[in-house]
Amino acid sequence: MLIRSAGLPRESEVTDKALWLDRRRFLALGAAGALALSGAGAGAALPAVKGPFSTDEPPTPRKDVTTYNNFYELGVDKADPAQLAPSYFGKPKPWSVAIEGECARPGTLGYEDLINPHKLEERIYRLRCVEAWSMVIPWVGVPLAEVLKRFEPNSRAKYVEFTTLHDPERLPGQRGRVIDWPYVEGLRMDEAMHPLTLLAVGLYGEELLPQNGAPIRLVVPWKYGFKSIKSIVRIRFSETPSRTAWMKAAPREYGFYANVNPAVDHPRWSQASERRIGEFLRRKTQPFNGYAEQVASLYAGMDLAVNY
Amino acid sequence: MDKLLRQAWVKPLLFAACLIPLGLLVFRAATGGLGANPIEATNRFLGDWALRFLLIALAVTPLRQLTGWNAPARWRRMLGLFAFAYVVLHFSSYVGLDQFFDWGAIGREIVKRRYITLGMLAVLLLIPLAVTSTDAMIRRLGGRRWRALHRLVYVIAPLGVTHHWMMVKKDITEPAIHAAILAVLLGWRVAAWARLRHNGAPDNRKAAACSAPHSSSPSS
Repeated sequence: MLIRSAGLPRESEVTDKALWLDRRRFLALGAAGALALSGAGAGAALPAVKGPFSTDEPPTPRKDVTTYNNFYELGVDKADPAQLAPSYFGKPKPWSVAIEGECARPGTLGYEDLINPHKLEERIYRLRCVEAWSMVIPWVGVPLAEVLKRFEPNSRAKYVEFTTLHDPERLPGQRGRVIDWPYVEGLRMDEAMHPLTLLAVGLYGEELLPQNGAPIRLVVPWKYGFKSIKSIVRIRFSETPSRTAWMKAAPREYGFYANVNPAVDHPRWSQASERRIGEFLRRKTQPFNGYAEQVASLYAGMDLAVNY
Repeated sequence: MDKLLRQAWVKPLLFAACLIPLGLLVFRAATGGLGANPIEATNRFLGDWALRFLLIALAVTPLRQLTGWNAPARWRRMLGLFAFAYVVLHFSSYVGLDQFFDWGAIGREIVKRRYITLGMLAVLLLIPLAVTSTDAMIRRLGGRRWRALHRLVYVIAPLGVTHHWMMVKKDITEPAIHAAILAVLLGWRVAAWARLRHNGAPDNRKAAACSAPHSSSPSS
């Protein structure tokens, strides 16, 4: 069963994607939509080698990872993105990403040009949401550092800014003004170049679904989940830090760093503990989400209660 | 219509209807319909319905005054007690499911998080109302004092709506809808009160609407 010959088409290639997308659009309109769509597999398989830093904690079930999502562009309820994506987002690809700012090689690259030169790795990371829940997700992606180096950032590149697709047709949540669209996130250059930081294109061995940030998203496992921006269309090197979407929305509650920190509470709730999806009892939240050994040195001498 | 609504079977039917949200929750819990984070889903679901029942109970008097029907007055106590029941369930799911009886953490949250402080205050204030909902208690207190005490609901409902508003992360649509409904329900009373003062003497309909439920409920 596992023997594959290169000449055979994959199952996803047999049925034209537009056809079954239409079918899903139809289903989504019917009452059975929600049921039929939950956890439905869509992405093509991605060949990946095992990468470093993976946790041996049991991964959160794929169904939960793909149906419990914060992606306000596709609705504010956590079940919304999985339900709305098939009717609105359409095919993730073709996709292109603009590279801008302080670098020697700016330009716009298609998904293939951006990702294909790199070897895909599987990284099983903890994800800690700022809302005090967490998951363990087997991502597929490439280290962001390897991708960024190709554009030869110059000495003025101190920060990297990421922007999500702004297209209210495909992302109907952007028709309302819940936050100031498009979603913008940012990292300090050393954070972006850290070997833990991943540019993810898949999870559970398959291409990302729209609700998880298809086709390209960021994964920064020691920071709260909102830093890991989805569906990226622009990467910009800059000398100054960006005002991120959540900093604009609620500056007192969300800072630029957003490192997971059980000692610094969100103004409205405690960050000392979290609920791992699938578990009943809360577990203690670890500093830097358990990646302190790798990243704590990046913040030596900084007051993390001020730089939250 | 009023005659129809005063039929004996209407109130038990309404009672059953009030149990539908709870039934739905149990059904979803049993069939995995609560999603990836069932504890959060349970807590939010019960909180939503606690608020809705508070608003429904507050809608009884304006409904009576608008329609002239007397039947809704017979349901007011039951609807108020259902609001209390859903509040208690919401509180229990926070204490027992969300925090799993971690009293230290719960205490810190009550002190530190203003929206939890307000929520807890609302729960506490509802207790004397629930306790004094029996006919015997109404008699013991006397109608005037009973009515004064039960005006606490005009504080409790805004506390509940504010509690919800403050815990929402960004999208305030739902709490704003609750607040708008509450504003209409309370505004109605303010207007009625102002008219009453202006006219000097209360007319009969208004006096009936403000009276304690025992005066209009069947002797049961």
